[in-house]
Amino acid sequence: MSAREKILGRVRTALGRMPGEGIAPRPEFELQIEAPADRIALFCERLEALAGKAHVVAGAPEAREKVKEIVGGRSAVAAEHPLLASTGILDLAGVQHSFATPAARREAWASCEVGITSASFALADTGSMVMFASPSEPRLVSLLPPVHMAVIPASGILAGLEELLARVPDPAVHSSSMVLITGPSRTADIEQILVRGVHGPGEVHAVILQYC
Amino acid sequence: MKPATAQPGLGIHETLGDARLQLAIYTATQRLIDHRKKAVASDVLPAYQDLRTLAHQIKRHTIEHLDYYLEQVEANVTARGGKVVFCEDANEVADFVLKLAKEKGERLIVKSKSMTTEEVHLNERLESHKLEAVETDLGEYLLQLAHQRPYHIVAPALHMTRHDVADVLTESLGVAREIEPEKQTKIARATLREKFLEAGIGITGANFVVAGSGAVVVVENEGNARLTSSAPRIHIAVAGIEKLIPSAKDLAVFLKLLGRSATGQPLTVYTSFLSGPRREDEPDGPEEFYLVLLDGGRTKLLADEGKRESLYCIRCGACLNHCPVYRKIGGHNYPWVYSGPIGAIITPQFHGIDTDPWLPFASSLCGACLEVCPVKIDIPKVLLKLRAEVTASGAKGKRERTAFRIWAWVMGKPRLFALFGSLAAHFSPRPKNGAWIRRLSWPMNPPPLPAWLSQRDLPAPAERSFRSQWKSRKAAR
Repeated sequence: MSAREKILGRVRTALGRMPGEGIAPRPEFELQIEAPADRIALFCERLEALAGKAHVVAGAPEAREKVKEIVGGRSAVAAEHPLLASTGILDLAGVQHSFATPAARREAWASCEVGITSASFALADTGSMVMFASPSEPRLVSLLPPVHMAVIPASGILAGLEELLARVPDPAVHSSSMVLITGPSRTADIEQILVRGVHGPGEVHAVILQYC
Repeated sequence: MKPATAQPGLGIHETLGDARLQLAIYTATQRLIDHRKKAVASDVLPAYQDLRTLAHQIKRHTIEHLDYYLEQVEANVTARGGKVVFCEDANEVADFVLKLAKEKGERLIVKSKSMTTEEVHLNERLESHKLEAVETDLGEYLLQLAHQRPYHIVAPALHMTRHDVADVLTESLGVAREIEPEKQTKIARATLREKFLEAGIGITGANFVVAGSGAVVVVENEGNARLTSSAPRIHIAVAGIEKLIPSAKDLAVFLKLLGRSATGQPLTVYTSFLSGPRREDEPDGPEEFYLVLLDGGRTKLLADEGKRESLYCIRCGACLNHCPVYRKIGGHNYPWVYSGPIGAIITPQFHGIDTDPWLPFASSLCGACLEVCPVKIDIPKVLLKLRAEVTASGAKGKRERTAFRIWAWVMGKPRLFALFGSLAAHFSPRPKNGAWIRRLSWPMNPPPLPAWLSQRDLPAPAERSFRSQWKSRKAAR
């Protein structure tokens, strides 16, 4: 008998259940969505409380200027996201985004100082950015560089986790990876002293695009 | 299965006598207590108590139908291109990882914090086969270099000072001595970054296994779990079979409780929801995904209906922080990787009560653990059940049993109880200015009272007993 059969067998014996037996009704509950008066303002407030930086810009030209200003001459790599293309961010001088081989791409992700992405959603009440791995949203661009910047349309700002789960009941349908990023990477493992940027980015920017 | 012996380190008496360590434990746990308190306050999270009740109900439902959800998660992980591996015990987990590494020709493994893999001593097994397994959570990495086990479920290196850290880093990595935590962290980041990019296998734990999605949820603050699950070619997630929840929707309950109870964070910095290997069009992420589901004694515990709720634990560590015993004796004096109240109830159930019969008694039964538990596990109730089992097994001495038999007999006779009470009150000393009794004089101190009092002080008894006050107040009404 395999470990699988033995374990399932022991579980059934312990619970007094038969193979293929159905289940009692699950505990049900409503997702309580509390919409804030001003989603953008709340998101910015919560992100900044975690030492992230929030920037609200009007449209594409302002977004491009803001990104250029934050990059400030540092080496940068961007995800090939339609929003980053349409705002002209991919065309900024010094922003790499297209690579001949996967190895070259990974090398750029690992060596650049700034990683630029978009994000599908943001959560106002926790200051989180929600990213789904996809062709236009690799996992490592928001993770390897010491600085992460996400350009997010204001329409993507949700009230919080509940609204996200109401809109996306099963994240696995859309992507192999959904990640909620809530502020800069941090640790307090040595004497409970807060240090930012331990393995992930220590500097996190959200550029909120009001009209796009 | 025999538990790991306690790490060579400070025993209970040494821990109590070490002022530096006492202060470190006290400060760290107090900070976590304060942060939690703010995060669950009724003005911040009005639904807190309802969420606890709901979390308890969802866990109970899942555990009561565990076979159903295990089969469901297996089907869904497989449908997403991953593979589920059931393991009966620690050895099978290590065997699986060793075989896979050999098959795929991988030598370097990165690991993110996982209590479950601590349970199975995975690193030792891997190292004995000349594989390099590197812990990547900063605290766990320091412990690995120092050859110690976690001191706390959430803050594993809580007992180390920056000077200890400096010694460990200098000795193991040959770097210049650095005593600033910020610079120490940079050293670890640089060293571990190379490992992440080189490693072929990444092993993470799982805070939740979502049956309906075939996904694992991993929460963390550093980013090492994201790197471990994204950079290497193979991702293995190791979880106990009790980690299941029915669906992603349930995260609206559990994620709201976990971070707040552990560190006072509404959400940790990273919450990863991972289902299978990378999809065809995704540019990065692992090519292979394995979910290892470990029994390791859990089915034994499952069979005991009265104590089954011990399996609801989501490993937030709140019960440790609030436990007056943990806060004095620290994490290394518990016999297994799980310390504090939760360790005191699951260790004897996993290993048998004969191995550490003292453990269920290492509690004042103050109930703080139940009060702060985000899934409302009645830890004091389970402790009492375990105590009863230890006593029934005959592990307690004859004298203790006789003493308690007399005690029980007296307690069952209200008049006799009142008589003994008033005698004790009459003869007991009354120190001045409300000071506590530290010593009793003859004839009030027959053995074992002196031994008992050597560890404890007593408040002076009231002038009049509770029963007589009750009687006269009732009459006055």
